[in-house]
Amino acid sequence: MLPSREEEKATPNDRTDALVIAGREFRSRLIVGTGKYPSFQVMKEAHEASGAEMVTVAVRRVDLNARGPENLLDHIDTRRYFILPNTAACYTADEAVRTARLGREAGLSNWVKLEVIGDEKTLYPDTEGLLAATRTLVKEGFIILPYTNDDLVVARKLEDAGAAAVMPLAAPIGSGLGVQNRLNLELIRAAIRVPMIVDAGVGTASDAAVAMELGAEGVLMNTAIAAAREPVRMARAMKLGVEAGREAFLAGRMARKPYATASSPQDGVVGR
Amino acid sequence: MTSTTAQGPGIDISVNGRALRVPTGSTLAKLLESLGLDRARVAVEVNLRVVPRAEHETLRLNHGDKLEVVTFVGGG
Repeated sequence: MLPSREEEKATPNDRTDALVIAGREFRSRLIVGTGKYPSFQVMKEAHEASGAEMVTVAVRRVDLNARGPENLLDHIDTRRYFILPNTAACYTADEAVRTARLGREAGLSNWVKLEVIGDEKTLYPDTEGLLAATRTLVKEGFIILPYTNDDLVVARKLEDAGAAAVMPLAAPIGSGLGVQNRLNLELIRAAIRVPMIVDAGVGTASDAAVAMELGAEGVLMNTAIAAAREPVRMARAMKLGVEAGREAFLAGRMARKPYATASSPQDGVVGR
Repeated sequence: MTSTTAQGPGIDISVNGRALRVPTGSTLAKLLESLGLDRARVAVEVNLRVVPRAEHETLRLNHGDKLEVVTFVGGG
């Protein structure tokens, strides 16, 4: 509905069309999670099939009772996948800030997917806490990718606070409902300069394609792949869905009209 | 050597909300080793301060210290 930004129209065919976040380039516009898989083996194969270059992880207390359980990092090749720690299940800015600092220490970068949750049932973000945590962490040199709602005013505030991207939800985390408010996502894209990555609520490949057609620069998902009957196959579908949606977006779709305009000539029909 | 019932010399600390008794003068590195944890796979906070890996060998624990020891797990 809204006009493309000039730099999107100018993308030549042979450029890589990389996703750039905080100056770092990614060829894949699909970011995937590491949770809810039936096994580490399936997770690894799904990651491979998805073509993703960045994966999210959660930060949790070690289990002091269990001796030598397998660690998640044993199953992720960190030379190949960029690790993005999240602050999932943090309900205050303080909790999120502490978790982010620990995630930086445990990990290999100062990037964090920042979550400050405001409601247990919907897991919708507490945007007030999210903004406060973003401001604190940006000052400490973190690269912040905030999980947020689809409100353009909040998105703008996050960008002003120094977030490297804005990640509005399509629908509640793990709901699989797909994009619930296309207009809001388009409005956000038009309002901000940093990349918009749709994060949460994607259920199947067409949902990912829709998000990309709206102008999202990337899509982040976990449950859609992990909870599919065949996660590896769904990961492949998502890879294709994101690519298809991106191509369609760059191609510049036709206008929508309420009435028909024929594709074949209307005259010269035999017998008329 | 860690035990919640030891009566010998030692200090009481808490790790991930659980009370532990450790030998006086224990370093953070020794504690992690005694817990069977791989230092490269965890991050540690002592009294709300993240302790960098480089300090694990030199930081000595004190009575009443509150530790959080975390690692990465699956998540979205």
